[in-house]
Amino acid sequence: MSAALALGDDALVLSHRLGEWAGHAPVLEEDVALANIALDLLGQARVLLSLVGDEDELAYLREERAFRNLQLVEQPNGDFAHTIARQLYFSTYQLLLYGQLAAGDGELAPLAAKAVKEVTYHRDHAEQWTLRLGDGTAESHERMTRGLEALWRFTGEMFRPAAGLETLDVDWAALRASWTESVTEVLKRATLSVPTGPDSGAWTAGAGRQGLHTEPFGRMLAEMQHLHRSHPGASW
Amino acid sequence: MTAEAAPETTAGVAEAFEAAFDAAVAAEERIEPRDWMPDAYRASLVRQMAQHAHSEIIGMQPEANWITRAPSLRRKAILMAKVQDEAGHGLYLYSAAETLGTSRDELLDKLHSGRQKYSSIFNYPTLTWADVGAIGWLVDGAAITNQVPLCRCSYGPYARAMVRICKEESFHQRQGYELLLALSKGTPAQHAMAQDAVDRWWWPSLMMFGPPDDASAHSAQSMAWRIKRHSNDELRQRFVDIAVPQAESLGLTLPDPDLRWNEERGKHDFGAIDWTEFQQVLKGNGPCNEQRLTQRRQAHDEGAWVRDAAAAYAAKHTAPRAHGGEAAA
Repeated sequence: MSAALALGDDALVLSHRLGEWAGHAPVLEEDVALANIALDLLGQARVLLSLVGDEDELAYLREERAFRNLQLVEQPNGDFAHTIARQLYFSTYQLLLYGQLAAGDGELAPLAAKAVKEVTYHRDHAEQWTLRLGDGTAESHERMTRGLEALWRFTGEMFRPAAGLETLDVDWAALRASWTESVTEVLKRATLSVPTGPDSGAWTAGAGRQGLHTEPFGRMLAEMQHLHRSHPGASW
Repeated sequence: MTAEAAPETTAGVAEAFEAAFDAAVAAEERIEPRDWMPDAYRASLVRQMAQHAHSEIIGMQPEANWITRAPSLRRKAILMAKVQDEAGHGLYLYSAAETLGTSRDELLDKLHSGRQKYSSIFNYPTLTWADVGAIGWLVDGAAITNQVPLCRCSYGPYARAMVRICKEESFHQRQGYELLLALSKGTPAQHAMAQDAVDRWWWPSLMMFGPPDDASAHSAQSMAWRIKRHSNDELRQRFVDIAVPQAESLGLTLPDPDLRWNEERGKHDFGAIDWTEFQQVLKGNGPCNEQRLTQRRQAHDEGAWVRDAAAAYAAKHTAPRAHGGEAAA
C-alpha cells in the first residue's frame, strides 16, 4: 500500500463524481468548470496510479475493499451546495497537502508541484461558490449549511496518516491546523458557521484509507467498471 | 409638399441602407453587430445560431451518458474534455447570438418551451460505448462538413465563432474515428459493437444536412445572404464521399445496399433517406426528444436557486455606483 495509491484513488473517485454533473449544472459556465476540475483530477489520478501499476487495472479491476480513497470524495453529489461543500473541504486539503509535498524532495514532489497549480484553481472555485451560496439568498445559505454539516463527519479522516501515508514527508498536525484556519476563514466571510459535530464516523478510524467505504461507493464502482469488466483483456 | 417628401426620404434612406448591405454581402465583406441589416437577416441568423447553440448543449447529453462508464481512463479523459468543449461551444454561440440583440436567457427559455429547435440527431440514444465513437466520427463529421463553410459566413461574429469551433470539432472527430478503429480491430465482440453503432448512426447523420433542396424552407434566402454557401444536398453528397473510404479503412460497412461509386458523376450514389422518420423526430416524436428536453429543463429549474444566490451575492458585494442614496439598500 503506497501513498500514491491512496492519493490517486482520491483524485480518481472525486473526478468520477464530478463527471456525473456533466449536462446537469445550474449554468453552462459550471458545466465547463466542473468538467475542467474533473479532468484535472483524472490527470492527477492517472499519474499517481501509474506510479503504482497499470492505471486501468487499478481503476477497473479492484473491488471496493481494495480502494484507499477518503470516504469524503466518494460521497454522492447531492445538490450543488453539497458538491461545493465537498469541493471546499477536499480542495483545501489537497492544496495544503500538495503544497507540503511540493516543498519536500520525496517521490511525489514533482507531481505535487504541477498539481498545486490546478488545485489552486479548484480551491478558488470552491471558495467563490461558498461565498455566493453562503451569503446569497436564505435558501442558498440553508442549503450550504446542510452540505457543510452533512460532510463534516468525513473531514477528520484527511488528517490521519493511515495506510502508507505515514511515509510521506508531511507535518499532519500543521496540515490540520492550516486546513481548519483556512476553512474557518472562508466560512466566516460566507456568513456560515463551522460545523460542530464529530468529524469522523463513530465506528471508523480513517476507514476509507483502509478499504472500508460507505454504501454508495460500491454502486459507483459497479457503474464505473462494468464495461471494462465485461470484456476481459480487451483494449480500448 | 413636405408631407409627401418625408416618407419618400425615409424610404430612400432605407433603400440606401439595403443597397449598401447587399453590396457588402456581395463583396464578401463581413457584417458586424453595429451595421445596418435587414430585419429578416437578423431573425434568420438568431434562429440559426440559437439552434446551433442549443444543439451543442443538448448534444452534451448523449455523450455524457457514457462518462461514468468509459472503459479506460484515457477514453474517459477524452470524453470529459469533449463534453466540456461542447459547453464551451454553446457559450461562444450564445455570445455570438447576443450581438444580434437577444439574450442567452431568452434563447434558453425558447429552447425549454420548445419554440426553438436543436439538431434532430441528438434525439437518438447512445446504447453502447461504440456510439461515442460513431458520434465522433459521423455526427461530428457531418457537423464539420456543415460548419466549415460557415467560417466564411457573412455575419462576422458567427464566422469567427465557427473558426474556433471547427478546430476543436476536427480534433473530436479524429478521436471518435480512432475510438472506432480500436474497437473494429479489437475482439470480435468489440468489432460487432462498432458495426452496430455505425448501422444505427449512419442514416440519422445523413439527416443532419436537413431536408432535400426542393423542400428546404430557408435555403434560398440563406444562400443569397451568404449565411449558407452550399445546398443541403451538396453538403450531404460531400459527406458521403468522404465517409465511404473512411468506413473502408475502419473495416466497417455502411448500412445502405444502394451505396456505390458512380463513375459518371464522380460521386457516390446512395439510397433514399426515410424523410418520414426525420419529420417525426423534428416534431418531437424521436426516441429521446422527451428525455433530452426534460433533462435540460430539470437542470435549469433545479439550478434556479444557485443562479439566484449568485445574483443576490453580486448585488450585495458589487461596489455601489456614484449616487450614494441607493447604496444603503
